[in-house]
Amino acid sequence: MPFTWLVLIILAIAAVGFVTGRSRALQSAGGDSRDLHSLPIYYGSHVAMWAVVPAAAVLIVWLLAQPFFVNSRVLATLPDGVVTEGSSIGLVMSDVRRVAGGLDVAVAQGAMTRDEAAAISSKTTDVRESLGQVGVALGSDVSAEVLGGAQLYRTLNATGSLIMTVVVLVIALGGAGWAVSRSDANFRARNTVERGILALLICAASIAVLTTIGILFALLFNTIEFFRLYPAADFFFGTKWAPSFSGRGGASDLGVLPLLWGTFYISIIALLVAVPIGLFSAIYLSEYASPRVRGIAKPLIEILAGIPTIVYGLFALLTVGPLLVSMFGKDTVGWMQGGTAVMTAGLVMGIMLIPFVSSLSDDIINAVPQAMRDGSYGLGATQSETIRQVILPAALPGIVGAILLAASRAIGETMIVVLGAGAAARLSLNPFEAMTTITAKIVSQLTGDADFASPEALVAFALGMTLFVLTLGLNVFALYIVRKYREQYD
Amino acid sequence: MNDMRIVERDVDTNEVKIAARDVQVFYGDNHAIKDVSVDIDDKTVTAFIGPSGCGKSTFLRCINRMNDTIDVCRVKGDIRIDSEDIYDPKVDPVQLRAKVGMVFQKPNPFPKSIYDNVAYGPRIHGLARSKADLDDIVEKSLRRGAIWDEVKDRLHAPGTGLSGGQQQRLCIARAVATEPEVLLMDEPCSALDPIATAQVEELIDELRKNYSVVIVTHSMQQAARVSQKTAFFHLGHLVEYGETGTIFTNPVDPRTESYITGRIG
Ligand SMILES: Nc1ncnc2c1ncn2[C@@H]1O[C@H](COP(=O)(O)OP(=O)(O)O)[C@@H](O)[C@H]1O
Ligand SMILES: [Mg+2]
Repeated sequence: MPFTWLVLIILAIAAVGFVTGRSRALQSAGGDSRDLHSLPIYYGSHVAMWAVVPAAAVLIVWLLAQPFFVNSRVLATLPDGVVTEGSSIGLVMSDVRRVAGGLDVAVAQGAMTRDEAAAISSKTTDVRESLGQVGVALGSDVSAEVLGGAQLYRTLNATGSLIMTVVVLVIALGGAGWAVSRSDANFRARNTVERGILALLICAASIAVLTTIGILFALLFNTIEFFRLYPAADFFFGTKWAPSFSGRGGASDLGVLPLLWGTFYISIIALLVAVPIGLFSAIYLSEYASPRVRGIAKPLIEILAGIPTIVYGLFALLTVGPLLVSMFGKDTVGWMQGGTAVMTAGLVMGIMLIPFVSSLSDDIINAVPQAMRDGSYGLGATQSETIRQVILPAALPGIVGAILLAASRAIGETMIVVLGAGAAARLSLNPFEAMTTITAKIVSQLTGDADFASPEALVAFALGMTLFVLTLGLNVFALYIVRKYREQYD
Repeated sequence: MNDMRIVERDVDTNEVKIAARDVQVFYGDNHAIKDVSVDIDDKTVTAFIGPSGCGKSTFLRCINRMNDTIDVCRVKGDIRIDSEDIYDPKVDPVQLRAKVGMVFQKPNPFPKSIYDNVAYGPRIHGLARSKADLDDIVEKSLRRGAIWDEVKDRLHAPGTGLSGGQQQRLCIARAVATEPEVLLMDEPCSALDPIATAQVEELIDELRKNYSVVIVTHSMQQAARVSQKTAFFHLGHLVEYGETGTIFTNPVDPRTESYITGRIG
């Protein structure tokens, strides 16, 4: 039975259960809903909850577990001899899966019957050719073991799905039935539904947390793998970034310092642009602008935040770069050789960050109580004195938070760097030279035909980890500042 | 109201400090103050009483031009302090507010240290020539605010860390630090407990020696306790104005009497 049908049937059970539970509860109260402990809708929801949740949970766990089970069973039947020189058990298994998939396609297109697919043997048929006819291309002839494995794979999966369908339906019906049987006037359906909702919310929160932890571990294991192949000291303190290209062999220099420097340099320039402009425009908008100007200007600034970063990248490449070259290139002062430079990327990234700083700061400044302003004006302070000496200090923790948020955006930004700053890893103080950042190098190390077991590819994970630790540190620092300030003045 | 204690009044014949004539205030189309004329004496506590929304705060805020900070607000008429028209284009409202201090309903110390709170006004107006001078001003103001003894050991602790009553006295100290001539107080005790209220009331009585104090209050007992003169506002009109004793014992206008006996309000 197709999966969609299974889901629809569960939902139908839930719907019927909803109506049944509701009416049963009403009946037990003699049709007067005022005699029920909870509103009728809670009895219905309670039944629907019991129909869907346990069944869905079993379904998800089953879907996750079945491939593991089937794989290990198929693996166990494969003789040791199938793994030839230059191959691995993983490759053999993927052959098995591909043949199994091919047989599925053949059956679906009617080129074979179900029974033929189960009985087909490599001695009597050229499996490669017959699968080729239905459009499934295989790299080599199919050995008897692989074909057998594929057939077993299909049988196991088919049986597994059948059992799963039955089990899940039984659970859904059982849950609904049990819940219906409890639906009477005294049952506290409202409290039970409340607990169910709480569990749902906890699940959502844990999924977010667990995913974060999962990502962290994936990064961590690959990073450890990298440090097994490449000395950590060379990575952290190496001043040269020169990966050799895959296949050509030879040692690579994978020092992170030039990338780290590029990241910091570009981010700092970006913040030097974004913080003053963003903050000043926030002050103007929240303290000086009339409601009409504010109503027009604020959304306009926020549009900047909606522009995809690749568009900023193009802007850097096609507009800002050439403009800077014409200002600082060899025709004038001669500081700048080409359009791609730290300055180009930094300026454009700064423009990208303006709305982050201004929008957040604006909200924060508006949150400063009017009583503070009144107090200051009442003492004869002017508007700018009030802003400098009362409002900004009061809003400072929030503003620092906004700036640090912008900083982590800057550190994590990729497209603008790729297009605006170039790809050369370099340790230099000249902001008109091309440099590159951690993120841009992660992209270039993982794209192309890199071998995923080589240090040149694995270094991407170490770089990712570095980036993660950096932004984490930044956020912790932001929290620390905010807390410290709060303690003092709340 | 019979238990109300009306103290013996020593109303000296003081000269007029603030003279308002035919003042009208509009918030957009809302006519909030209608034809108010009043003479407020120097070295006197004048109380504004009246039901909520009758325009007491609005009129108070005309006296230091705080209404200028509200976009929709328009003020007409003539208000003079020491016979100088404060709405004259030549007058700088910022300068005026240093001369006419204000204390607000809710204590609003700045998120700064106690010292910096009090030093705020003197600093922006350049009243101190040296650090020692500023220290003096701060100490004197905190003493005037009757809070010096409580905070002298922690001048550099945040002002927001004080109790509500201490914060309000700090705000009074902050207001007197700019050497104002008039002190406006908009329900300065409404956020305070009875003990803190008593302390602030005592302080107000002290302040009368140096300033002309105008206080808006919701509590008639408070008006009776602290003021020498009382003005009763109703629906934007100044209904009755006179010596506090007279207003409370012998009101002329029936509306005043209804309010004082609790029939409107
Ligand atoms: N900032 C403002 N904007 C518009 N209307 C206001 C504003 N402040 C007060 N008002 C209006 O002015 C009238 C008097 O208010 P207010 O002076 O605060 O009264 P009181 O202080 O006596 O309670 C009320 O009708 C009020 O709605
Ligand atoms: Mg008021």
